[in-house]
This record gives sequence, structure tokens and C-alpha cells, in this order.
Amino acid sequence: MTQLQSQHERFCRQVTRRWFLRDCGVGLAGMALGSLLERDVMASASTQHLFAPKAPHFSPRAKRVVYLFHAGAPSQLELFDPKPQLTKHDGQLPPAELLEGYRSAFIDPNSELLGARFSFAPQGASGIELSELIPQVSSIADDLCFIRSLHTEAVNHAPAQIMMNTGSQQFGRPSFGSWTLYGLGSESANLPGFVVLTSARGTSGGASNYSSGFLPSSLTGTPFRGSGDPILYLSNPPGFDDQLQRESLSALRRLNLMEHASCGDPEIMSRIHSYESAYRLQMAAPELMALETESRATLNLYGVTDVNQSNYARNCLLARRLLERGVRFVQLFHEAWDQHGNLTKDIQKNCEDTDRASAALVQDLKQRGMLEDTLVIWGGEFGRTPMVQGNPGTTDGRDHHNRCYTMWLAGGGVKSGHVHGETDDLGFNIARDPVHVHDLNATLLHLLGIDHTKLTYRFQGRDFRLTDVHGNVVHEILS
Amino acid sequence: MRFTSQNIGMLLAKLLLVVNQAVAADTVGYLNDVQPILAEHCFQCHGPDEAARQAELRLDVRDAAIAPLPSEAIAVTPGAPAESELMRRIASMDDDTVMPPPHFAKPLSADQRETLRKWIESGAEYQQHWGFRPPRRVALDKKVNPIDELISQRLSQDGLQLSPRAAPEILCRRIHLDLIGLPPSPAEVERFVDAARDNFVSAIDGEVQRLFASPHYGEKWARHWLDVARYSDSNGYEKDLPRDQWAWRDWVIQAINDDMPYDRFIIEQLAGDLLPGATQDQVIATGFLRNNMLNEEGAIVPEQFRMDGMFDRLDCIGKAMLGLTLQCAQCHSHKYDPIPQDEYYGIMAMLNNADDAKTHVYSVDQLQTIREVGEKLKQIRESIKTARPHWQAELQSWVEKQVENTIRWEILDTYEATWVGGSNHPEKLADRSIVVLGHPSAAGDMYIRAEHDLDGVTGLRLEALTHGDLPFGGPGRGMDRGTFALSELTVQIKTPDNDAWVDTPLKNATADFSSPDQLLSTLPLAHVPEENKQKLGPVAYLIDGDINTAWYSDRGPGRRNTDSVAVMQFVEPLRCPAGTHIQIRFAQHHNRNTQPDALKQGVLIIGRFRVAVTRSSAPVAPPYEHAVSVAINTPLNRRTEQQDTAIFDTWVRHTPELKGHHDKIEKTWSKYPDNPKTSVLSLSKREQNVRRKTYLLDRGVWDQPKYEVRPKFLSVLHINDPSDEPDRLQLARWLVDARSPLAARVQVNRVWQALFGMGLVETSEDFGTRAAQSEYLPLLDSLAVEFMEHNWSQQWLLSKIVSSKVYQQSSQVGSALLNQDPQNRRLARGPRFRVEAEIVRDLALSAAGLLHTEVGGPSFFPPVPESVINYNFTVPKYWEPAPAPTRYRRSLYMFRKRTMPDPVMSTFDAPSGDTSCARRTRSNTPLGALTTLNEPIFIEAARGLALRVLAEGGDTEQTRIDYLFRLCTSRSATVEEQEELLRLLVDQRQRLAEGWLSINEIATGNADQIPELPEATTPQDFAAWVIASRVVLNLDATLSKN
Repeated sequence: MTQLQSQHERFCRQVTRRWFLRDCGVGLAGMALGSLLERDVMASASTQHLFAPKAPHFSPRAKRVVYLFHAGAPSQLELFDPKPQLTKHDGQLPPAELLEGYRSAFIDPNSELLGARFSFAPQGASGIELSELIPQVSSIADDLCFIRSLHTEAVNHAPAQIMMNTGSQQFGRPSFGSWTLYGLGSESANLPGFVVLTSARGTSGGASNYSSGFLPSSLTGTPFRGSGDPILYLSNPPGFDDQLQRESLSALRRLNLMEHASCGDPEIMSRIHSYESAYRLQMAAPELMALETESRATLNLYGVTDVNQSNYARNCLLARRLLERGVRFVQLFHEAWDQHGNLTKDIQKNCEDTDRASAALVQDLKQRGMLEDTLVIWGGEFGRTPMVQGNPGTTDGRDHHNRCYTMWLAGGGVKSGHVHGETDDLGFNIARDPVHVHDLNATLLHLLGIDHTKLTYRFQGRDFRLTDVHGNVVHEILS
Repeated sequence: MRFTSQNIGMLLAKLLLVVNQAVAADTVGYLNDVQPILAEHCFQCHGPDEAARQAELRLDVRDAAIAPLPSEAIAVTPGAPAESELMRRIASMDDDTVMPPPHFAKPLSADQRETLRKWIESGAEYQQHWGFRPPRRVALDKKVNPIDELISQRLSQDGLQLSPRAAPEILCRRIHLDLIGLPPSPAEVERFVDAARDNFVSAIDGEVQRLFASPHYGEKWARHWLDVARYSDSNGYEKDLPRDQWAWRDWVIQAINDDMPYDRFIIEQLAGDLLPGATQDQVIATGFLRNNMLNEEGAIVPEQFRMDGMFDRLDCIGKAMLGLTLQCAQCHSHKYDPIPQDEYYGIMAMLNNADDAKTHVYSVDQLQTIREVGEKLKQIRESIKTARPHWQAELQSWVEKQVENTIRWEILDTYEATWVGGSNHPEKLADRSIVVLGHPSAAGDMYIRAEHDLDGVTGLRLEALTHGDLPFGGPGRGMDRGTFALSELTVQIKTPDNDAWVDTPLKNATADFSSPDQLLSTLPLAHVPEENKQKLGPVAYLIDGDINTAWYSDRGPGRRNTDSVAVMQFVEPLRCPAGTHIQIRFAQHHNRNTQPDALKQGVLIIGRFRVAVTRSSAPVAPPYEHAVSVAINTPLNRRTEQQDTAIFDTWVRHTPELKGHHDKIEKTWSKYPDNPKTSVLSLSKREQNVRRKTYLLDRGVWDQPKYEVRPKFLSVLHINDPSDEPDRLQLARWLVDARSPLAARVQVNRVWQALFGMGLVETSEDFGTRAAQSEYLPLLDSLAVEFMEHNWSQQWLLSKIVSSKVYQQSSQVGSALLNQDPQNRRLARGPRFRVEAEIVRDLALSAAGLLHTEVGGPSFFPPVPESVINYNFTVPKYWEPAPAPTRYRRSLYMFRKRTMPDPVMSTFDAPSGDTSCARRTRSNTPLGALTTLNEPIFIEAARGLALRVLAEGGDTEQTRIDYLFRLCTSRSATVEEQEELLRLLVDQRQRLAEGWLSINEIATGNADQIPELPEATTPQDFAAWVIASRVVLNLDATLSKN
């Protein structure tokens, strides 16, 4: 074996350990990025640590993330933020001074106030008041941390969703999951580091919600599909059995090695590795997707009645299986909450679809000892107005509201049974402890052991961050 | 050695380099050594951005750096590091005084401090950033290709030399992939190899010229431009509706095939519509800036997203033409490059007065017809003038009579314009007209309110007005014709003593034009249930109390996009006190496509309108076009030619003796084509009366204007001689002015990047102070100068590069060179990298003989898994995968939907089109492997390839394997490769024969389907060859340009 060959063999062995980051970076041409990534690669080319998961800036509280993104903007007033005064003033016009400079999307802001049609009650030892719509989430209130004082600038869905997920209303920026992968690398040998699962319908923000933006394209979230191949083109073509695939890939490998021997391009070794990884993925996927091997109790916990039926509950269960297998970042999208009308009826349906599984995921992670280093996030892109849209009583709905909304977190270093922030009596403005999207993202990165001001990527001569030039860690919610 | 002039030149050049190096060892250069440190560690607070500047210290300009500061310290004292505050601060051990401050987290190394010390000691000379200096040619021997000369010189300094020339078949494939993006056929390779044996130089030249003549040349190079131009076939954002923009894409292909000079290429795209006598093609060219995304979400404020579009256009111009990160100056002055924020908005000011137009695109024949119609009309008018020598006087007296009859209208100054439900936010313009842009509502109700002296008012006038932002100018928002249908108009008034709006009935509606009665279902694009009997037509429908009838005014092709006017009388003249309010409600319920997946094709709402009242008795609409009403009330000396013609034609219509001529005019108009080939999003000059002012926006926020900014260029670049109000055309000319330091460099670098995988300046989108200075800057500069001298010809540039020894090098690499230069920055070997996403697919189809080579036209829908289609917010029901042969068109023509990036293209790093992309990343992932192994098109290609090998590859296994290799890699298979593939074939034939594998499934994808094969080919053998073909299609040698 020549020295060059042995070098490449070594190179290949090193990269074998890490599935995704390796493949994005190994391509020497792919490294032409003028980036941190490139510098890391070049600096460490001779070490054993090529593409190993990167060390965080400080000791992380969470090692992995599951982000339950409820797109369309769930109404905080029906679910998480009880407002007896709003109920009391139901049908009245809001105080005029409240509306000064206020921009709603659809409605005339001077519309009647709409009290929630659902009752709230204190839950667990923490006594957090939650809605009757979410009995299961309520039952684990003591494990959750509610932030009732989120706010954003965006007031339309697509820009607001990419604001939440990329920290910018302008398209083309990397998503939170991509940044995380970029910062921490991947732990899984066989699976992508950032997986996306979708239920209900497609999102307003589309693929930009999980895009890598200007980061290397392989840091983009990999969608697992609800029907057909879970990963696109995972199945062999018709008639090609496993043995044929294996023998074809072996022939391909030997032919590529011949090419490498004659031309010396290390990219060929990366290519060989990609094909071998693809094969391993093909082999690993059936085991991952075998949800029927879960116990009856677990299936019941999530409310999965048919393991082949793709829905939110199944995605929550699949998320846990992905996390167990070392996937760094799993993001669920459930686009269903844009209730401009029929709020009372439709939000019940949404909660039936999502409440049990959301709670189950937290419980399941907890009982498996994973919750303490897994960060669970639940929320949407903005809130909904205290004022009615449509006719109260018949077609009641709520418009977009960017001044305040609620999200909840669980696990990985956040306080449990805790409420942060407060809105005013009508749920119109934040009364205490505002948390901007950038603050939230700074906090989430902090929990992952990343200083949000230091996770940067040089693009167009500028060091970009998830939090732009903003963001303060919300220390009050850290446990 | 004999001293030829060439040798002497080389010797001198080498000597000079040696001398330069000797100097460099001792001193530090500003550009190479100092500026990078300052830019990285200091400029953020002590650079061009005055808002962010600390301690009033500016370090990017020498005069400022050496001047006393308010603290009386001097940051930089030339020649005296010890007396320089900068040195004291960077050496400080105290957290409070050390620079950069600890919280900045970018400390200087000891080497960097030493570099700054040496620089100050040697006089602290500044040099203008290389990117802002005009490129200069390096004097070289004319007979030598400067590429070879300059690169060889540099390599020899490192003890390197150019690699030997690649084998001719490899070179042939490289040239084909680079120039047309398709592999050569085995016959083409053979011909080239033969020609190269005879005369290598002429063989290369011949091949290059032949490929330039191929229409596929424009296709390949258009794709590179489409990346920076963020081309897409959909609008983006939530709705992500499809758009027709392929005419612009085809314009790019044609321009490149024509080798349009790059400066003209840019000028036409930025301002083709402003060129004298602009042609349809030049208007299509302006689609470039229109490629930005378009938000049509309900309830948006259109101006917010128009501004986002403007920011995107500036970003695109920065990346595409300037090679500057212009976008950084949107929110504040640029932190690193001397681009003040107000110059950013100065550039925007030159772009801000373009309408976002949608324009018909006609075929060549249709354009000819349109010309003929125009000429014929002119002839008829001339014949009238000849027949009636006193026509001028007659016309004048007719006009005077009309002016006398003109009704005085009082335009309502509305204080509210509301779309019920809030999907739209109508906006009032300076002329009191209301424009409804944004959400394409298919139906709805809208009202306006005004306070006006209404006492004695007898009638109401509704003007439906054209506007450049409406499709084809409007006045409606119908996506195909810009027409509108108004179902009902009602009026209410509210007197001060009353809280309620009181209905105020109308009568006697008249209009300047109404279409004949017709069913809504008969309109183009109509798709309504059979029971829908909604009608369109006479203006009486506007006030007939029937929501199912609507006023419609479509004057037919060539004349429909014009103002319309309707006049209605109040049943009784109004009697109401001062302080009375009026409300006018518009019901628009004529949605011509009620299908759930209508894609807004049903929209017929009005786009711009204005309402006035009169006190004249029994007011009626004049019996001629509203445009004529406007024209006759325009002073003679201010009338446009168009207005004169309109008046003339109307006078003809109203002169009974000229009925014959009038009929001829109408007959001529009827020949005007009514089925344009397609449409395009383009730019058009905004009318004077709606011109926008441009403001510097605080923190770049769309609704936070600080102060008005006049149009201006970037002062750090070349000067221009602007007029007081430089417009878009001047901006375009400035961008590609021969004095521009950046225009030619950026384009030459982009071409280089496409060929070598990396630009001479690696950051092809950024030539600013943060960009590393290329070691090959003299080469880039020489090529840039020559590029301009050769009329900005891309074909000249490509010929120059392709004929260089550098380009022709073998890409084989040994361990020593690989270690020394892993990324091939020095270019001591030929390029070798995986081809772009589009070519991955095109290559497979081409090798398989499946590629359908039709050039241009609408984008086609590739097969995409159902699970991907279902991920859309608005599920694209229109996504019908194209059948063969359209299915096998080049990837350039695949429909690009922004929120649903094509899984094959995006896996291989094709950009989404959301923003301008000057440089793709190049990944090598398992997902890519799965795609080329398993995606249906690639399997179809494997089958096609097998068929072709069996048909054309000779009779033996050896010749067939060899042919398979030559189809995919353009070279023969080696003995070892032969053996490997033969083993695979034999093994799999065995498994097929034994029934372990389904022959039919492998051969056709369907176990029950028997493949159709040529005689003498057995299904079993075919299946074995499909297996082998799939392997060879996935070879790195196939996927890579070598």
C-alpha cells in the first residue's frame, strides 16, 4: 500500500465514524467555503478528530433537541395564558389607548374583545393554570417551563416562521437546526443529524424553515416522509434486492478505488464513503421505522393507533426513536393553527391531535432518562389577538398578534413547573419579562453549551449569527 | 539557452519577483498584511460606519488614523510605533484599555502585533484596497497565453510546475462539460482524438468553435447566471404560486448564445425598457430584477414586501455585478467597506421608480402582425387626412364642442379604504386614487369613505385606472389580461345627526365602454360549476341590485388595458348638511375559477380606481374613451402623440361621413393577436405622477424613514458623470462602465469559478476589504482588462482559458502535490470535481440517449414523490409529471418551485432561488448517493443506457463494457475495470437465470411487464446490462468533470 493510499484509508476510517458532517465537509471541493468549517478541517486534517462532534463553548445542559413547531400560530389565550379580565370584558371594545400604533393583520383592531370559551385550572404542585383543552400537557405541568412573554416583529406567517427558525424575516439564513449541527456536529453513525417530520399540511415558510441557508447544504434538515420512503429514494429500484444492491455497491467501490489509484483525487474516497453510508442508512432505516416493535403501553401513551398512519402522534414517537439513535436535532412541523374563524371548534380538534403525544414525548423521554439532556420546545410563530375576528359566537376567530405569545420548554437545563413572563390583563401586551425570538434562540443555544455570540459563520464578509446582533440569554428559566 | 525575447521577458519577470520577495521579507505590505488585520479586528468600531465608530477613531483612512484624537493621543504616528496609541493599546495587559477589547473576543496574536509595529515603523503607508483599484494588465509577451505565463511563474516559486496535458479523450469530455454541460458522444471523442493527433491547437479551437455554435452552450452558461439572478418558476412565501418567467430564462440563453457583450447583457437586464426604441426582448431582459420573491399572503401590507424585494434586488446587484456585500449597508454603513448607508439608499433611489410590471410576450409572427396593425392604422389615418384636407379644423371644432360639454367632477378625498375581512390593505395614492395590491383575492367586498360637501350632488363617477404594478397595466387584476368585473356598486351617506349609514339609490348608469353581455363561464381561465350563470357586460349591471351580474369592459386585444369610466346618477340630488360622510361599497363576486386549486386564476378584482361626484344635472359618461376625455382636456402643447391619435380616432368615429374609415380601423384592430405566447415579469418606468421618494431607513426597517436620499453611485468606486437625477439606465451603465474596477473582474472570476471549481478570488460574491487577495490577482486583472478590450466577449474569455496549458492539465495528483495544495488553489493540476446538480442528471440522460434537446419554452414538471408534493402549504395540484420525451429535457427546464426545492437538484446543491447565489457549495453525501442509485429518472437512464450498449456496443462483452464506459466517462475501460464489470454481469446473469431476481422488474420496473427489446436481445441479458449500467452511471468518474 502506498503512503497515499494508507493516508486515504486512514482518512476514510476517521470519517466513517461521523455520518453527516463528514460528508458535507470531506469533499475537498466542498471545503472551499472560506469558512470556520474549512479552517477546522484544514487545521485538523492530520489529527484523529476530523469531523468529530465539536466541543461546545461550555458544558451543555442539553445534547439534543426536539422542536415541536406548531405552525399557523396557536392561540395562547385558549391554551396557556388565562385571562379572566378578557372573559369579563367579552364583547366590549378594547381601550383606545391600547390600540395606538398597533398593527393587526386582517381585522380592524377596534374589534370586540373575545374571552376564551374554555376554562383554566391550576395544575400539579406548581399550580400553573392551563386550559381544559390540554389535559395531558396539564398533567405534566410540573415538568414544563412556560414562557408567556414571547414577542416578534413579524405579523405574517411565512416571514414569522422563518424569523422563529432562522432568526430573520429575510430568506436565505440558516435554520436553528442547521446552526446546531454546524456548532456541535452529529452523533449518529447512520442517520442524518437534523431530521424534519411534518404532519397536518405543509408550512407557510416551506423548506426555508429547515434550510441550511448559506451554511454548507448538507446541514439542511432531512425530511422524513410520512408516506413512501421515509427518506427519499431510500428503497432500491424495483427488482433490486439487498444482495444485488450490496454486490452492485461492492463493484462500484472497487471501480472507484481503481479510479482513485490512477488519479489520486481524495474526493473519490469520500464518494466511496457516501455510497457505503447510503447503504448503511438503507440497512438501518427499517429498524428505525419499526414502530410496531414499541410496547402497547408506549403506543397508547402517544396515542398511536396505527403505526403506518403518519400523523403528529406517530411523529412524536418517531422523534424519540431518532433521538435515541443519536440524531442531534429533530423538528416537527404541525401546520394547523391559523384560526381566523371557527376557533372554538377547530382548536379542540388540534388539541385532540396533539395534546396527548406532546405530553407523551416528554414523559417517555423522562422515563428513559433522556429528558435531562434533551431539550423539548413547543410553540409557533406568533400569538393571537384578544380581539375577535369574525362574529363572536358563530364564526369567532382571532387574528395574528405579535405582541405576546406563549411557548413551553422541557428538559435539558430549563426550570420545571415554572412560568416566565406575564401579559397584561387583556393579554394584549407583555407586562413583565419580555422574551424576544432572539432571546429565546440565545437561551436555547446556551442550553446546548453554545455562546450565541460566538457561533458565527463568515458569509459575504460578515460573521453571521443565529441571533443577528441581538439576543440575551434568559437566565431566569435555567435550572 | 538562446536569449529570445520571450526568454528575456521571463527572466526579467522572475528577477522582479525575486526582488519583490526580498523586499517583502523585511517589510510588511498594507494590502497583504495590515489591512486584513485591521479589517478583522478593528474596523467594526473604527471603520467606515460612522454610527458604530468609537472614540472618534477611524483606522481605515490614513488621514484620520494619524490625526490627533479628542483625547489628544495619536493612534498612528508614522515611523514611531512607540508614540502610537494603537501600539500602546494593542500591547496593553489591562482589560480596560487593551484593544481589541476582551468582550470583542478577537484578540491579536503576537505576530499580528509585530506586523502592525513594523508597518508603523516603516511609515504606516496605506494603499487603496486592491478591489477598488482599476485592474491593470501585466506586460507580457503577446505570444504567450498570460494564464500559462503568470501561473507558471508563481508555481516555480514554490518549486512546482504545470502538470502534463490531460489525455485527449479526457480533455474532450472536459471541454464539452464546461462549454455545453453535456458529455461528448463516443463518435465526437474519436473525431477529436484524431484531430488532436494531427494538430492539437486547431483541434481544440475547432471543438470550442463548434460548441459555441451549439444552442446547448447558452443553456449551460445560462444556468450559472440563473443562480446569481435567483431565477425561479414560483413566487415564494406561503402561497408560492407559479409564475411565468421562462421568457426571461430563454432571453438569457439566447443572449449567451449570441455572445452578447457582458456590458450590454447587464444594461439590458437592468434597464432594457429605458433604451431608445426598446424591443420586446429588451423588456423581457428586465425580468432579471423581478426574480425576487413575491408575498401574496392574506393581510400583508404590500409596501413591506415590496421593500423586502428592493433589498433583495440590491443584494443581487451586489453579488452579481459589483462583487460587493452591498446588503451590509441596508441597516447601517458598511462595517468593512467604505459604503455609507446613504449611498446604499442612493443606489436604491435609481431602482425605486420602476413599476413591477407584467407584460405580454408575443411570438415573432405575432409581433409582425402587431407591426402590420400599427402600419395599417397609420395608413388609414393618412388616407382620412388626404380625403379631408380640412380635417384639422373639423377636428378642432369637434374637440371644442366636447370640452364645452365636459362635466366638472369633484374627486373624493377618502379617509378610509377597507377590504372587508382584511385580506387586502388598499392604499391611497397622491392623486386620491386607491390601489389594491397584495393578496390576490378572488372575491370580496370593499368600501371607501370620505367626508365631502354633498349638498346638491347629482351623480357619481367611478374611474377604473391603469397602473404599472397591475398585470399588463390593469385596471383590473385579472392575471391573464388585467381586466376587472365589478358586481355591484352602492352608496350610503351618514349625516352628522345620524349614526347609521343610509342607502342612497342610483340610476342611469352609463360608461365609456361596456362589453357585450356574456356568461362569466365563457371567459378564458374560467372554471366554474355548470350551474353558475353569473353574467358580465353592460354598466347597468353595476347598480341593478343583482350580485350575479357585473360591469365588464374588455375592449379587446391591444386596447383593453386602458382606463374605464362609469357614471351614475342619484335618484334624487342629495340634500344633506355639511359634515355628511359618504360610503361607496364595491361588491366583487365574479370569481371565474372556483376550483379549490384555482391558483388565483379566478381573480377579476379592480386594481386601481377613483371616485368623484358632480353637481351637473343628469350627468352621463361621455360617448368615448375616458382616455379621450383626459386628452381633450389636456392643453394642446402637452398632449402626447398617443393622445392626439386617440382624439383623432374618436373624431373619426363621431363623424358620420367617415363611417367607412372607422369600420376599417375597427377591422384592423380585430387582427391584433389575442393569444400571446406567454408573459413575463418586467420593469417599466413609473409614471411621473406616482414617482416615489427614496428614504434612508432607520436600521433598514421598511417603515422607518429617516430622510430623503437622492440617487447616487458608490463613491469608493469609479466616478461617473451623473445627471442630477441618475436613473436606472445610468445605474446600469455605471455598473459596467469600462472604468469600473469590479465589473469585468467579477464576471471573469465567475467564469473561472465555473471551469476550475473555485474563482481566482475565492469569495466570488465579495471583492471588498474582507476578501483575501488572490495570489493570482495579476492574472485576474490581465484577463479583466483584455475581456473589456475584446468587447466583453465571454466566448473570447472561454477560448482564452480553454486554450491554455493550465486548463488542459491532467488532474492526476500525487501525494506530494496533494499535501502541498489539497484544494488546488495554485492550479498545478487540472480541475476535477463533481459536476453541478443539473449536469448530474443531464449527463445520465445524455449517456442513455434519452436526453430531449428541445431548447427553451415553458418549464416542465419532473416526477416528484407524492410525499414531497404534500409538504406544500398550497398543494400544487398542477404538478403533472411530464411524459417522455419532455420528461427528459435538460434540468435547466425543470420547474423550480421555491418552497419545494426539487429533491434531486437540491441534494446536489442547486440553490432554491430565494436569494442570489454566486457560489454553490459542493456536497458529497449519502443522500446524493441514494438519489443517483434509486431515483426513477436515473433508473430510466440505466435502462436506456443498457439498451444503447446492446444496440451500439458491438457483439462481445468486452466491446460492450468498453462502450458503456465511453458513453459515461468518454474513455475506454481498463483491463481491471473490464474484469470487475464482467464479474458483476456474470454473477447477476446467474441470479437472474435462477429466478432470484425478477427480470421484468429490473428491465421495466414492473414484474408483469415484458420489456420491448431489439431482436437478438434477451430480457435476461438486458436486465444484467441494466444492473451494470446503473453501476457505471454512479462511478465517480462519471459524476465528475475530470
